[in-house]
Amino acid sequence: METEVVHTNFKSEEYFINMGPQHPATHGVLRLLLTIDGEIIKKVEPDLGYIHRSIEKMCERDSYQQIVHLTDRMDYLSANINNEAVCLAVENALQLEIPERVKVIRTIIGELTRISSHCLWWGVMGMDVGALTTYFYGFRDREMINDIMEETCGARLTMNYNVPGGLMLDIHPNFVKRVKEFVAHFKTKLPEYDRLLTGNVIFQKRTVGVGVLSKEDAISFGASGPVGRASGYSCDVRKHHPYSAYDKVTFTEALKTEGDTYARYLVRIQEMWESLSIIEQLIDVIPEGEHRVTTNAVIKLPKGEYYQKVETARGELGVYIISTGTKNPYRLKFRSPGFSNLSLLNHIAVGGKIGDLVATMATLDLVIPDIDR
Amino acid sequence: MSYFSDIYKGIKTLLTGMSVTGKYFITSKKGAITQQYPDNRDTLKMFDRFRGEVIMPHNEENEHRCTGCQKCEIACPNGTIEIIWDRGIDEETGKKKKKIDQFVYHLSMCTMCGLCIDVCPTDAIEWGQNFENSVYDRTALTRVLNKPDSKLMKGVED
Ligand code: SF4
Ligand code: SF4
Repeated sequence: METEVVHTNFKSEEYFINMGPQHPATHGVLRLLLTIDGEIIKKVEPDLGYIHRSIEKMCERDSYQQIVHLTDRMDYLSANINNEAVCLAVENALQLEIPERVKVIRTIIGELTRISSHCLWWGVMGMDVGALTTYFYGFRDREMINDIMEETCGARLTMNYNVPGGLMLDIHPNFVKRVKEFVAHFKTKLPEYDRLLTGNVIFQKRTVGVGVLSKEDAISFGASGPVGRASGYSCDVRKHHPYSAYDKVTFTEALKTEGDTYARYLVRIQEMWESLSIIEQLIDVIPEGEHRVTTNAVIKLPKGEYYQKVETARGELGVYIISTGTKNPYRLKFRSPGFSNLSLLNHIAVGGKIGDLVATMATLDLVIPDIDR
Repeated sequence: MSYFSDIYKGIKTLLTGMSVTGKYFITSKKGAITQQYPDNRDTLKMFDRFRGEVIMPHNEENEHRCTGCQKCEIACPNGTIEIIWDRGIDEETGKKKKKIDQFVYHLSMCTMCGLCIDVCPTDAIEWGQNFENSVYDRTALTRVLNKPDSKLMKGVED
């Protein structure tokens, strides 16, 4: 009978290492406290709060117009979509009738924002698994969107282009032309993304079967966006609770069932194609009309509670406002997609290697200011 | 067998990827993506709507359009604008009228949100395109936007 050999010379012992807050793979100031045994991860504890700015508390001090610009600074890669969420919440509470033109422009800009966010994610994803070139290609295409944003909104990152009641300014005369140029350009570049990274064997070895999240867990952890959809959880707010002009366009929700890192990657790539198709459907049919309806200079929401959710590039962003009828909200809560998506990191990373953790984190697409607020 | 097919697949996908990078290596022109800032400063033009800083335009007679209504000060989320005002005698009517003494703008606090410009009833302030704002001392970022001895333009009422 064989007996198990017990090594006494080498003791296996768990130990802790810090990943972050200045680790390049955490994409910001996120600190992960890892319990590891050799290379194997036993536990991941995220430590938050390094860039907490108490945005929710500041909202209680600000007027409804001022709140909008704070949301730029949460998920800065989906700034326009965040702005839209607050504006929609306020508009619905006031029961304002928003012109069709505004809705269509908001949708186009929202989809451009999604593509630019995914471009950056794709570049960084490649870099995290060791392919530096992707970073430059992602940024090259993102640059065109940034130029469109700068010309129309005035800023590249923190646009603050939406106001309760519409848009701050009408679109720039060059907007339509530039967007069409971009769509034509990006259609030739997206297949390159696939050739460069998606089909690569090394990349697939790093991602397929890594960090698997089941559908049940996705739902119970509150995963949303591409993370939830890669596990087969149909959770696209644009489909299930359409806002702005999403009820007028046809697009398919990117769904995968594998739930691993590679599936999350594929979902985002497909989402870029869908966003392109949404933009194409709308760019020629922007209705004429006002770009803004006038609201009172001091907006007072009727007493009550209001909730609005939108689909940002990372998932479901919820804005929950409690108003007591004054010019500031009594309480304002953001349900940010990044926070829920981070909460499941421990669940899917345990048992894997440290290198797998980096790949997994890259497809969770965490933006830390969104988590810390 | 799968050992060799793995090697074959690995090399094939590697070459597919390198065909993309190789194409750019050969075909892309210099300066296709990057700009040579600050060497191109003379030709660099920002977009019209670019938000660099808040400025207050004056005409040749050193007149501006700000009535001192303080709407921008109230709209600003972070106290960037401070309006120090006074009452002066209106030349035509002889009545006492509000006028600005100093329009103080703390650039270091400004988030470039645009609410002040949006709310101004007389279009007295607008976006400037200068973005090179680094200084050695942060007090240099506190500016008075109305020029010395400037007056309110005739016919501007809020
Ligand atoms: S800049 Fe405009 S809003 Fe501000 S005080 Fe002058 S007139 Fe009023
Ligand atoms: S742009 Fe915004 S932060 Fe800056 S002065 Fe105007 S209102 Fe204040």
